Amino acid sequence: MAWLVANFSEVLSLAGLHLYQSVVPLLISVLIAVPLAQLARMNKTLRGLLLSAGSILYTVPSLALFVILPVILGTRILDMANVMVALVIYAVALLLRSTLDALESVDDGIRQAAVAMGYKPFMRFLTVDLPLSVPVLFAGLRVVSVSNISLVSVGALLGIGSLGSLFTDGLKRDFVTEIVIGIIGTLLLALLMDAFLVLAQRLLTPWLRNDGGLTKATAESNSDDEPAVVSA
Amino acid sequence: MAVSDARISLPDSGTSTPQVDAASAAPAAGSGTRPMIEFNSITKRYLENQPAVENLSMTIDKGAITVFVGPSGCGKTTSLRMINRMVEPTSGTITVDGKDVSTIPAASLRRSMGYVMQSAGLLPHRTVTDNVATVLRLNKVPRAQARHRAEELLDVVGLSARMGKRYPSQLSGGQQQRVGVARALAADPPVLLMDEPFSAVDPVVRAELQQELLRLQRDLAKTIVFVTHDIDEATVLGDKVAVFATGGRLAQYAAAEEILRAPVDDFVANFVGRDRGFRHLAFSTADSVPIHPVRTATESERGQRSAQQSRPPSDAAGWVLAVDDAHRPLGWISPADGSALLPGGSLFHEGQTLRRALDAVLSSPAGLGVAVDDAGSVTGVVKAPEVLAAIENARRQREGGL
Ligand SMILES: Nc1ncnc2c1ncn2[C@@H]1O[C@H](COP(=O)(O)OP(=O)(O)OP(=O)(O)O)[C@@H](O)[C@H]1O
Ligand SMILES: [Mg+2]
Repeated sequence: MAWLVANFSEVLSLAGLHLYQSVVPLLISVLIAVPLAQLARMNKTLRGLLLSAGSILYTVPSLALFVILPVILGTRILDMANVMVALVIYAVALLLRSTLDALESVDDGIRQAAVAMGYKPFMRFLTVDLPLSVPVLFAGLRVVSVSNISLVSVGALLGIGSLGSLFTDGLKRDFVTEIVIGIIGTLLLALLMDAFLVLAQRLLTPWLRNDGGLTKATAESNSDDEPAVVSA
Repeated sequence: MAVSDARISLPDSGTSTPQVDAASAAPAAGSGTRPMIEFNSITKRYLENQPAVENLSMTIDKGAITVFVGPSGCGKTTSLRMINRMVEPTSGTITVDGKDVSTIPAASLRRSMGYVMQSAGLLPHRTVTDNVATVLRLNKVPRAQARHRAEELLDVVGLSARMGKRYPSQLSGGQQQRVGVARALAADPPVLLMDEPFSAVDPVVRAELQQELLRLQRDLAKTIVFVTHDIDEATVLGDKVAVFATGGRLAQYAAAEEILRAPVDDFVANFVGRDRGFRHLAFSTADSVPIHPVRTATESERGQRSAQQSRPPSDAAGWVLAVDDAHRPLGWISPADGSALLPGGSLFHEGQTLRRALDAVLSSPAGLGVAVDDAGSVTGVVKAPEVLAAIENARRQREGGL
């Protein structure tokens, strides 16, 4: 405890670095995965290709990727960009599948209604397909967010700052407290991100929120909108 | 069954039926109509050798309701969707108001036609008001103006403005279909395409929605193409009915009355069903059926009546019709058991068809069909033998007149 108090600002800034390295790739991966998934939906061959590429990429060991990327990208091995690019690759590989599921979860009848009303394809995708796929999409995002936060720690092995640095440092100095704090910190960060995503999803899907309203609405409808049957 | 909805102050949907289903059939087929939509040798093949629609040529009248009816898979939806280019024909052309639709950009063509589908048609993530405003927004009408118009339309289809803030999942099926109709009407398109819009709601709500569509149509005079597989719905709504046979063949295209009276072949005869004779009664008015006085009793009178139980029935049948203070029917009191109120049958509104008159008689426990006026007050009863005589009379006139 005393150690944490003494090094609190240090731990906090490592947590900040950790968050940065996991959130930025998450955002970028969404921007890549969503259009890719939509392309995959439109073309059967492309779909198979992208899905296999995704699963193959995901099996590449993270440490190997961290070491190879600088060679490919021309960055220095200690560059934070290496970690982030690697995380984008993993995240896209993971998200592709779930984004595809998300887009396919949209009721085809609704899509056809949108077409019948005169939506052009791109507008329809942006304002109908995408919002309606948010619930399934966010399920995927939550998995990727946890995966990212755990993968960022691996970068610490190469000396890139994150909460993982507390494990490497603690191991080197044989100092258990630091390792435990690293673990707890990482867990807290993952939980925090998850809570944030749950909240964001709720805000983005107001139409799914009124469970109470549903029963109320049905009850009301009986009283004021069903027809009165007159007979004698 | 008469259905009324006081809140939107319909004249009375039940009363208005005969004018529509009896009178509209013949004139619609007459010379006063102009073509709006034309199918010219349309064929659609989804797969190489099975046409969904084969060499279809037909003309759809402007300002009238044309119903496509037929068994499942006979190409009704396909034909409907070729009008707004959701499905492109394999060969042939479709013109709307003289213009070949294939020359009009698909999105703008679709915005010029309202489309109502069976269910799932509303965007679940938009409020009811925003759903109705969709096409207006696509047409770049400013948001506030579009919402204002949407609220007006909710009123037109009989929904309160309060409903506008709800999401579609918070409405009943019938209410959702009303929203669907409001949405299709929002941009005031000359053409409405409706694909089994009322088939997912219960029969009572369906009858109510049908009557409201007819009421709206009287004011709006849109060109409506309506798909259903329910021949009853087809004859109630259709100025003209197109019966499709499997494989997209147009088996008969005529006024509803004619389809029931004179099906061209066995397929149509079978499709319109065993009840077609009964259904056809909806095309003859019951004006010639005499209405007889009936003994009625208000609540206070009934109180007195049970106090002096022993009073003998004054007319032969002995049935007494219980009414409320406005003289609206409540039920029958049987001569055998003077205290119990038996639920009555369907009502016969004066001026309605023989079908309604016969049904009123058959569904009444007293064997007397209760006749009411526009306000719903009892005017008397119709009797079975006289209804049957009128039916026979109508048949003889038809035979003689042909
Ligand atoms: N997208 C499609 N691809 C292949 N075949 C299709 C497609 N849509 C419809 N069909 C076929 O075309 C035929 C006509 O279908 P359509 O949907 O027009 O029938 P329908 O009359 O509307 O039937 P229902 O009353 O069941 O709605 C059917 O045999 C159907 O299987
Ligand atoms: Mg269909």
